[in-house]
Amino acid sequence: MNERDIGAEILKVENISLSFGVMKVLDNISFDIRQGEIRSIIGPNGAGKSSMLNVINGFYHPQQGSITFKGETRKQMAPHVAATHGIARTFQNIALFKGMSTLDNIMTGRNLKMKTNLFWQALHIGPARAEELENREAAERIIDFLGIQAIRKKPVGKLPYGLQKRVELGRALAAEPELLLLDEPMAGMNSEEKEDMCRFVLDVNAEFGTTIALIEHDMGVVMDLSDRVLVLDYGKQLADGEPDEVRNNQAVIDAYLGVPHEHA
Amino acid sequence: MNMLDFLFFVEVTLSGLMAGVMYSLVALGFVLIFKASGIFNFAQGVMALFAALTLVGLMEKFGFPIWLAIIGTIAVMIALAWLIERVMLRQLVNQEPIILFMATIGLAYVLEGMGDILWGSDVKLLDLGIPQGAWEWLYIRGIYIEKLEMFAAGTAAIMVAFLAVFFQKTRIGRALRAVADDHQAALSVGISLHTIWVIVWSVAGIVALVAGIMWGSKSGVQFSLSLIALKALPVLILGGFTSVPGAIIGGMIIGVGEKLAEVYLGPFVGGAIENWFAYMLALAFLLFRPQGLFGEKIIERV
Repeated sequence: MNERDIGAEILKVENISLSFGVMKVLDNISFDIRQGEIRSIIGPNGAGKSSMLNVINGFYHPQQGSITFKGETRKQMAPHVAATHGIARTFQNIALFKGMSTLDNIMTGRNLKMKTNLFWQALHIGPARAEELENREAAERIIDFLGIQAIRKKPVGKLPYGLQKRVELGRALAAEPELLLLDEPMAGMNSEEKEDMCRFVLDVNAEFGTTIALIEHDMGVVMDLSDRVLVLDYGKQLADGEPDEVRNNQAVIDAYLGVPHEHA
Repeated sequence: MNMLDFLFFVEVTLSGLMAGVMYSLVALGFVLIFKASGIFNFAQGVMALFAALTLVGLMEKFGFPIWLAIIGTIAVMIALAWLIERVMLRQLVNQEPIILFMATIGLAYVLEGMGDILWGSDVKLLDLGIPQGAWEWLYIRGIYIEKLEMFAAGTAAIMVAFLAVFFQKTRIGRALRAVADDHQAALSVGISLHTIWVIVWSVAGIVALVAGIMWGSKSGVQFSLSLIALKALPVLILGGFTSVPGAIIGGMIIGVGEKLAEVYLGPFVGGAIENWFAYMLALAFLLFRPQGLFGEKIIERV
């Protein structure tokens, strides 16, 4: 799409199969994500897109296959391991801490950056205080970046949907992730909000060099943003490649438009 | 109302407030655990008993000085929290709240039995040098207030202030609230549920120790202490299960309410109102304001 530094692969999943009981959700999926790229996962509803993200960040444990992140191969991820190694994410149905303010939500994203022990924390003095201030500054930088200064102190449960999505992105960014997973970051947004979100995704990628994997239904958005697109359908891998390739792939067209009936 | 009557009214109200604070101390432990894990911890009352028993035991059987016994008991409560997480909570992740509630009933029996085996079942005197008797300054002005209850009120105030700062201003406090709000999202930012549970049960254990000390100093450390948990129930219903200030104010309302009801309504219905007044009040709240005074209104889609 444009000239950025796309490096070696940062994440590689191989032969991932996941089923719940008799339901096969993912069937032998293999793909990789390269350092610095924007990678999209598309597919009709129920294709297994969110399940794929859940496998990557360790919410789901696949029955088969392996996940290689930054050179380390595992049979499955654990959420805590994923977070400590630099994977952050947002959720399809916004999972913010609704009772907490925007600032506090973003501060939870700094959780792993803060190290002082319970003793100092409890007393709220000494190193804990300094650390709190330092991380607070980092959180404020993200608030500035996303242009949400006006809602810093507001409880997020009361914010409009589009802003909640933005706060959730902020919380993920606060962790300074190497790989950012976005599950339908623009779902339910109007075109103006979508444009804003697209700009943030591009800016995050360009300014911080963050690798991004996103699920999105809006084809215009996907084709514009992505370096490469993975297409899933009913848990199967339909296509994988650059936007143009995918757009012209017959199997993809069939899945999205339905297979034309042949005349008898 | 003449002066004497008025003084009497003030005395009843004040002593109700102070008694209420003692309820609040127990309710506080419930709120902490409920907030962070959605578990109604039936064993909270027994935890207070167990903490008080351990404290007295360390002092009597091992001759620990007071300060060392307190530190020792805190260590025991933290170890207990760790054990509960390992043996109980970890095995029951993602279970229905009712299952976890039942597990805490089991925990209550285990703790009670352990307390009995370790420290014996006789009533023990707990003397930490907390001042006892009437507060003279008020007493000579015609109002009788227990010094111990004043002390308990002061301690509760300090504890609440401490918890408020801890919950609002620190990383771990934020993590606690995050876990309470959304487990998955908390996991995704790298918060470890296991650590949070150990911390919250430890804090509840320490709160239980404070409650145990106050109640133990007042009426001796005995097994009926675990029954104060029952009084905490109406406090929680009034204050809301998720609110720390709610636990405090709820306790005070119950305390004052039952004392006033006993004194002024008691004669008309034959007395002993104190025993059931709190539950009647709770029942009224359940009918008209089930989320309590400060609790979050939970609207569930069905």
